[in-house]
Amino acid sequence: MWEHFAHQSDIGIRAQADSLGGAFEDAAVGLTAIVTDPSAVIPAQSVNIECLGEDEEDLFFKWMSKIIFEMDVRKMLFSKYEVKIDSLKLSAVAWGEKVNFGRHSPAVESKAVTLNQLCVKNENGKWICQCVIDV
Amino acid sequence: MAKPELKRVSEYCWRIEPFGRMTVPGVIFADHNLINDIDEKTMSQVCNVAALPGIVKASFAMPDAHMGYGFCIGGVAAFDPDAGGVISGGGVGFDISCGVRTFHTGLTLDDIKSNKEKLADALFRDIPAGVGSTGTISLTNEAMDNMLAGGAVWAVERGFGTKEDLDYIEEHGVIKGANPAKVSADAKRRQRDEMGTLGSGNHYLEMQRVAEIYDTQIAEGFGIKKGDLLISIHCGSRGLGHQIGTDYLRQMANDAPKYGIELPDRELASVPINSPLGQDYLGAMRAGINCALANRQILTALVRKTFAKIFPKAELKMLYDVSHNTAKIEAHEVDGKMKELLIHRKGATRSFGPGSSDLPARYKPFGQPVLIGGSMGTASYILAGTTESENLAFSSACHGAGRSMSRTAATKKYQGNQIVKDLAQRKIIIKSRSMRGLAEEAPGAYKNVSAVVEATANAGLAKKVARLTPLICVKG
Repeated sequence: MWEHFAHQSDIGIRAQADSLGGAFEDAAVGLTAIVTDPSAVIPAQSVNIECLGEDEEDLFFKWMSKIIFEMDVRKMLFSKYEVKIDSLKLSAVAWGEKVNFGRHSPAVESKAVTLNQLCVKNENGKWICQCVIDV
Repeated sequence: MAKPELKRVSEYCWRIEPFGRMTVPGVIFADHNLINDIDEKTMSQVCNVAALPGIVKASFAMPDAHMGYGFCIGGVAAFDPDAGGVISGGGVGFDISCGVRTFHTGLTLDDIKSNKEKLADALFRDIPAGVGSTGTISLTNEAMDNMLAGGAVWAVERGFGTKEDLDYIEEHGVIKGANPAKVSADAKRRQRDEMGTLGSGNHYLEMQRVAEIYDTQIAEGFGIKKGDLLISIHCGSRGLGHQIGTDYLRQMANDAPKYGIELPDRELASVPINSPLGQDYLGAMRAGINCALANRQILTALVRKTFAKIFPKAELKMLYDVSHNTAKIEAHEVDGKMKELLIHRKGATRSFGPGSSDLPARYKPFGQPVLIGGSMGTASYILAGTTESENLAFSSACHGAGRSMSRTAATKKYQGNQIVKDLAQRKIIIKSRSMRGLAEEAPGAYKNVSAVVEATANAGLAKKVARLTPLICVKG
C-alpha cells in the first residue's frame, strides 16, 4: 500500500506493508506513480537491481536511488517489483517497459531521493517507509 | 519551531536577530504580503543556515523564498574558507546550475503571426523534452570528461553556437576548477544520452514578447525594445547534476560530525570547504555547472536550426545566460576588505552591478542581466544587477516566482486541458506531453511573479528593465 503526500515543491511517498521488502516494493510503485499511472506500464522487460545498506533507512535511500538511475539510463518505467532483503542486502527484479509518450503521458521525472522526511520504521508489526522525491 | 520574530528593517527588508546557534542574522527581502506568505519551515531554514560554520554577514532569503531542502529555495549565503567556512550540498541542491538563457530573435508579432502554430509544432518536435527523452548526441567517456571540464566552450568548439555566445554567459561559458574525476560513473552514465534535452517539471522553452520597458537606457544597452520577440530556455544539468547531488549529499551529511559540524538539519549536508570531501564536491559540482552550460548551448543550436527552417533570415543572438543552484568563489567586500568567499545561491541569481569584470564590455555600464522566469501564463522579467546589491546580499537576486502550492494540491485544483484552453484564449500556445504535468505547473500554483520582482527591485537587489509575456511555451 502506498500513498503520495504533499510537499511544497516536490512529492512525498509513503508505503506500508507486513515485510520490509513489501514496503520497498510498494514505495517503488509510488515512485512510478509520480511519472505516470503504474497500471499503464506493461511489465514486459526485467531489470535486476542490487544494493547494500548500512541500516534500513540507508538501504531504502539506495533502493529508490537505484530505481531512479535505472529509469533514467534505460528510459524505462517499472510497474512490478520483487524485493528480497537479507541482512541489509537487497536483491530485486523490476519489470517494466520503455517510456511510451502516447500511452504513458509522463508528467514529471524523478530527479533524486532527498533526505527530507526520509524514514523507515516498524510500527505494530508493519514496516513503514517514506521519502520525498525531488522532481 | 515557532515562527521566528521578524524585525522590519525597511519596507522590503526583514531581519531575524541571532538566537540559539545562529551566529549571524537572517535577512529576508519581501514586501508585507510576501513575508506573510513565507511559512515557518522556510524561516527556520533561513535560521539553520545562519548556524553553519564560517557564514559571513547573514543568511539571506530572496523575495521568492519557499521551502527547500536544507537551504530554502531563494536562499543565499557566503562562507569564508579561511574561517572554517563550509560547502553545503543542500545549499546547491539536485538541479545543479539550473538556469535561464534568453536570446533575441529580431522578429516581431507581425513576422510570426502566420507561422506561430507552425513554429510551436516545430519547436515541440525538435527540442527533446520530458521524461524519457534523449538528445541528438551520445558522449563517449573521453568526450564526457571534456564536456565537464569545458562547459559551453566545449559545445561551441563542436559547432553548437558561436564564440560570441560565450561572452554572454556567466563565467564566459566555463567555470574553472571542475574535476570530472570526482563525478561518479553513474552520474556520467545518466548524462550520456541527455545532452541537449530540456528535462521536465518547471523546465521550458518559451517564446516571449517584450510587453513593457521600465528602464529605456538599460533596455537599449541590452538590445531590447517593446514588441521584440525573445526566446528563453529554462533547464539545467539533467541526470548528471541529479546524480552528483545523490552521490554527495548523503555523504556530506554523514561526514559533517567528523569535522565537528552539528547540522541543525541533516539536509544542510555540509563539510568544510577546505576538507578533502568539500574539495571533491566542489570539483564535481563545478563539472555539473559546466554540464548545464553545455546543455543549454546545445539546446541553443537546436533552436537556431528550427528557426532557420521557418524564418531563414532570423538571427538568434544571445542576450544572457544565468544560473541558479550554484556555489561559486567570488571576491566580495567584508568590513572594508576584499575576501574570496564561497557564495551559495539556491534558487537565486547572481546580480553583479555595473562595472563587473565578468560582464561583456557591452553590458558593463548597465549591470548584469538578471533573467526571471515565469510559469506558462505569467510574465517573465529582465532585470539588471545593481551596485547596491553587493552590500545587500553579495550581489544576488530572486530567480522566479517560487511555488505557492504543492504538486498534489495543484493536480486537485487544476486540469491540464483546461489550462491549455484558458491560455489559448490569451493567444498563448502550450505544448506538453502530459496534461497532469501541466496541472502540476499551473500558473496559479506559483506566487505572483510580478510581486516578487517588485519586491526585488524595491529592495535594491536588481533594477527592473523589461516585462515579457509568453506566446509559445514548450513544457518539459
